[in-house]
Amino acid sequence: MKTENQKAWLFVLPVLALVAFNALIPMMTVVNYSVQETFGNNQFFWEGLTWFEQILRSERFHAALGRQFMFTALILVIEVPLGIAIALSMPRSGPWVPVCLVLMALPMLIPWNVVGAMWNIFTLPDIGLMGYFVNHVLGITYDMTQNPFAAWVTIITMDVWHWTSLVVLLSYAGLVSIPDAYYQAAKIDGASNWSVFRYIQLPKMKNVLTIAILLRFMDSFNIYTEPFVLTGGGPGNSTTLLSIDLVKIALGQFDLGPAAAMSLIYFAITLFVSWLFYTLMTKDDLN
Amino acid sequence: MKPRSLVPLVYILFLMLPIYWLVAMSFKTTNEILSGFSLFPQTFTLDAYRTIFTDPTWYWGYINSIIYVSLNTVISVSVALPAAYAFSRYRFLGDKQLFFWLLTNRMAPAAVFALPFFQLYSAVGIFDTHLAVALAHCLFNIPLAVWILEGFMGGVPKELDETAYVDGYSFPRFFVRIFVPTIKAGVGVAAFFCFMFSWVELLLAKTLTAVEAKPIAATMTKTASSAGYELGLLAAAGTLTIIPGAIVIYFVRNYIAKGFAMGRV
Repeated sequence: MKTENQKAWLFVLPVLALVAFNALIPMMTVVNYSVQETFGNNQFFWEGLTWFEQILRSERFHAALGRQFMFTALILVIEVPLGIAIALSMPRSGPWVPVCLVLMALPMLIPWNVVGAMWNIFTLPDIGLMGYFVNHVLGITYDMTQNPFAAWVTIITMDVWHWTSLVVLLSYAGLVSIPDAYYQAAKIDGASNWSVFRYIQLPKMKNVLTIAILLRFMDSFNIYTEPFVLTGGGPGNSTTLLSIDLVKIALGQFDLGPAAAMSLIYFAITLFVSWLFYTLMTKDDLN
Repeated sequence: MKPRSLVPLVYILFLMLPIYWLVAMSFKTTNEILSGFSLFPQTFTLDAYRTIFTDPTWYWGYINSIIYVSLNTVISVSVALPAAYAFSRYRFLGDKQLFFWLLTNRMAPAAVFALPFFQLYSAVGIFDTHLAVALAHCLFNIPLAVWILEGFMGGVPKELDETAYVDGYSFPRFFVRIFVPTIKAGVGVAAFFCFMFSWVELLLAKTLTAVEAKPIAATMTKTASSAGYELGLLAAAGTLTIIPGAIVIYFVRNYIAKGFAMGRV
C-alpha cells in the first residue's frame, strides 16, 4: 500500500525540471508560431486560427495523413501477429535463447539513418542483394525510385525488419512468465493448441502486448529518418509521411506558421489515438 | 529438430541479410561495387576503414556520439531513480497526471521539436555542445527510464525500506547503499534503453550540432550527399555504428525481455 506523502514531489522535481525545459518551452514556441505570420526580420503578425483552418482543409495534409495511417496500420497488422508467432515458436529456455534474443534485438540498435542507408544499399536494383534477387532471379521489375508500389513494399519491409523484434521480445517476456502448471493443467484437460493460446497465453501476454502496440503505434506514427533516407518521400509524394511533409514545410519552405499549426494537429492526433488504444486495450481490467 | 524451431531461425536469417550486405560492401572496392553484383568481396580491402580511422572528421563523429549518449544515459538514469522511487512508494497530489504527462512526451514527433529546440539551445548558449544533445534526448529517455525503473521498484517489498529505517539508515544512505543495488538489473535495463534510443536518434542530434559535437550518423549523411556516392565508405561507417549497440546488448542479454515487461501498464 502506498503512503500519502507530498514531499515525494521533491524526488520528482529534477525529472520535472528537465522534461519541462525540453517539452514546455519548445511547445510554447510552436504554439506561438501557429497563430502568427512572419515575413522574416523577426516581425510577427497575429493570424488567429487561420493556419489551423488552412491545414485542416488542405488536400496535401489529408493525403499525408492518409498515407501515415495506411503505413501505421500496415506495419501493425504485419508486425504484431508475426511477432507473436515468432515468440510462440521460441523454446522456453535453453542455451540458444539469449543468443537468439541478442541477434533479434540487433536491428533496433542501429542508428535510424544507417537503417535507411542499409536498406538503400540492400535494394539497389543491380548491385543490392534484394534488388538483384528480385530483378534478376525472380524476374520481377523492382525499382523503388521509379515505382510507388515498390517504394511502399520497401518501407514496409524495412519497418518489419527493424521493429518486429520489439513485439517478439515483449511477447516472449510475457510467455516465459507463465508457470508450467498452467500448461500441465491444459494437457490434462486435453486442450487444443488454439485453446491454450486463446485462454492461457494470450491473456498472459495482454499487458506486454498493450505496451508493444502502443510503442509501435507512437514510433511508426512519428517515423521520419528511415523513410526519408530510403526514399526521400518519393517517387513523387507517394511515401511522404506526415513527419516528412512537416519537415518539408517547416525547413524546406520555411512556412513556420502552417508548419507549427500542423505540428499541433499532428501531436493531438497521436495523443488521441494512443489514448484510444490504451482505453480499449485496458477496458476489461477496469470492469 | 522440430519444424517449429525453424521459424525463429528463418526470422534471424531475414534480419541478418541486410546487415551482411552492409558489412560485405564495406570490404569491397568502389570499382567492384559499381561494376556489378557479387555475393562476396572479390578483392578484399580495408581502405574504407583506413579512411575512417585516419580522418578526424570521421572518427570524431564516433567520439562525439559516444560522449553525448553516455552523458544522456547518466543524466536520465540518475534523475529517474528518485522519481521512480516516489511513483512506486508514495501517493501525492497529481501523481497519476504527472506520470501520464511524462509518457506523452514519448509520443511527440521529433520533427515537431526540431526547430524550437534549435532556437532554445541557441538562446541558452549551448548549441553545438555534447550537453545540448544529451539534454534534448532527456525528453524521451527520462519518461522511459522512470517507467522501467518504477516497474522494477514495484517488485521490491516495502519491508526492505522499513527494516533499513529500523536499523538506523538515513534515507540517502539507504537509497544508495541498499535500494539501488537491489534493483541493479532494473538500472541496467533502463540504462540500456536510454543508450539505445539516444544512439539511434539522429534528427535532434543533427539539429543541435554543427561542428564540435557532430554525431557520426550526421557525418555519414553528409558524405552520402556531397562526395558523390562512396558506397564502400558509407557501408564501413554504418558497420561501425552497429558495434557499440552490439556490445551493450550483450551485457544485458538476460534482461532485455524483462525490461519492458515490468512496466506499469
